[in-house]
Amino acid sequence: MPALGADMDEGTVLEWLVKPGDEVHKGDIIAVIDTAKSAIDVESFFTGTVERLVTDVGQTVPVGTVLATITESRAQPAAPPAEPKGPERPTAPQPPGPPAGLEVPERPRPATLRKREKKIVAAEQAPPAVTISPLIRKRAHELGVDLAKLRGSGRGGAVTRADVERAAAERQREVALKPPSPAVSRIRVTPLARRVAAELGVDLAGVTGTGPGGAVSEADVRRAAALVPEAAPAPEAAQRPAAAAAARSGVERALSMRQAIGRLMARSKREIPHYYVSNTVDMTRSLDWLHERNRELEVSERLVPAALLLKAAALAARKIPDLNGYWLDDQFSPADAVHLGLVISLRGGGLLTPAIHDAADLRLAELMSRMRDLVIRARAGRLRGSELTDATITVTNLGDQGVESVFGVIYPPQVALAGFGKVTERPVAVGGLIGVRPVVVTTLAADHRASDAMTGARYLTEISDLLQRPEEL
Amino acid sequence: MTPDQAQHAIEEALAQVAPDVDIADLTPDTDLRDGLGLDSLDFLRFVEILSERSGKQIAEDDYPHLATPASAAKFLAGR
Repeated sequence: MPALGADMDEGTVLEWLVKPGDEVHKGDIIAVIDTAKSAIDVESFFTGTVERLVTDVGQTVPVGTVLATITESRAQPAAPPAEPKGPERPTAPQPPGPPAGLEVPERPRPATLRKREKKIVAAEQAPPAVTISPLIRKRAHELGVDLAKLRGSGRGGAVTRADVERAAAERQREVALKPPSPAVSRIRVTPLARRVAAELGVDLAGVTGTGPGGAVSEADVRRAAALVPEAAPAPEAAQRPAAAAAARSGVERALSMRQAIGRLMARSKREIPHYYVSNTVDMTRSLDWLHERNRELEVSERLVPAALLLKAAALAARKIPDLNGYWLDDQFSPADAVHLGLVISLRGGGLLTPAIHDAADLRLAELMSRMRDLVIRARAGRLRGSELTDATITVTNLGDQGVESVFGVIYPPQVALAGFGKVTERPVAVGGLIGVRPVVVTTLAADHRASDAMTGARYLTEISDLLQRPEEL
Repeated sequence: MTPDQAQHAIEEALAQVAPDVDIADLTPDTDLRDGLGLDSLDFLRFVEILSERSGKQIAEDDYPHLATPASAAKFLAGR
């Protein structure tokens, strides 16, 4: 049971999306776990074959309990023994790791593979060990590329971003070329189809896929379910345990949500010496630019001011790294990417704070669509585990609720939380004259153990500067 | 769009954007953003759905017309 956020002590298995014998890849959704706050899609930390499902549907177990055993595949020996990523765990988010590069030792390979590869290695004169930067490692992780099997084309055999992306593309091609033979190869199933299959109790191995590359689609699953209505009286029966487990009533959910928030926020205020700074930012340029841009666009492509604010918050966090990371083991460990946690209030009460990965690198349109996607999935209980554990700094935007400013409570073990209030028109003195301009109050709550108010001030100044140059965001 | 169609489209859009809101509680003059607590993303989706249903281009400058169910219906029905 992974810790899906610092506020989680236990979880309930709502649904298994795999069964013993299934092949899984790192990052595949394998189970749905119910936490105090929400149902969450949990990804596999390994590539391999599911050996056994240890925890049954409906069982509630503490964080750290074994949920299932997965045998890592031989052909891919390098999938590192990834610990579930959770800020609470000692091994978790990017340990203060080596600053420049990392030596990857050669890993044992099956004999047959090794022989073949030896020839290639000899022919290409690859060095014995390669240097891989943290960024590249991260990219490889995202794309599910096995670094140990990569030969770098960079200087001194260094693995470059291009190498990783090429390998990912090749792997995809291989998968696409494979004939759909469920017995041998992994059945390709869309996530939605998998979910529906689990709901209807349909065995995916018996479903013929009609999607691209033989992938099983939701329609295929429904068709298969309709074919065996009499023979399998199971739909209801199969559904029952999941339904029972899911039957956390609205009242219970509201209570457990409040308790989870309460525990985490109490811990934050108990342990973290918060300091606060605030600033008032002129939004004239940003809003004019936004308005001009939106004028030419379809509704679905329009940006809201929050997108600019989030992008500025992410870029500023990259510029001021002392606020972007975790306080662990009595010291600050900076994160090597900016994963922007976004406070999303649920319509029924309570909140979730999923992360927008690599927010500082996203174009505004992309950031906007991620934001919309996260809000929809957060409210539907469809967030992924990694989204709830990866945030390196959090932003709360209360502008839509009409308040002028918000001073937040930091999410441990993060060290900073930025807040945005409502964009309002105010009399502002500019160049000795008073005019009416749209302004927004930006705030920062930060951990005094990790930084001083001077750092916080620089962060808010940076945000203000960025918002004066919206075209560069 | 006839006023009836417009009314219907608004109710459907709200049902999607704010499923927890009971349409029966809605008065023609309820402020959608403040009264129903729609945030800017919810509102954008609301506009998106209305634009799709009515086939009408809705510019940002038109947003004030969509403040309440009554004003929105009037706007969609072509004023």
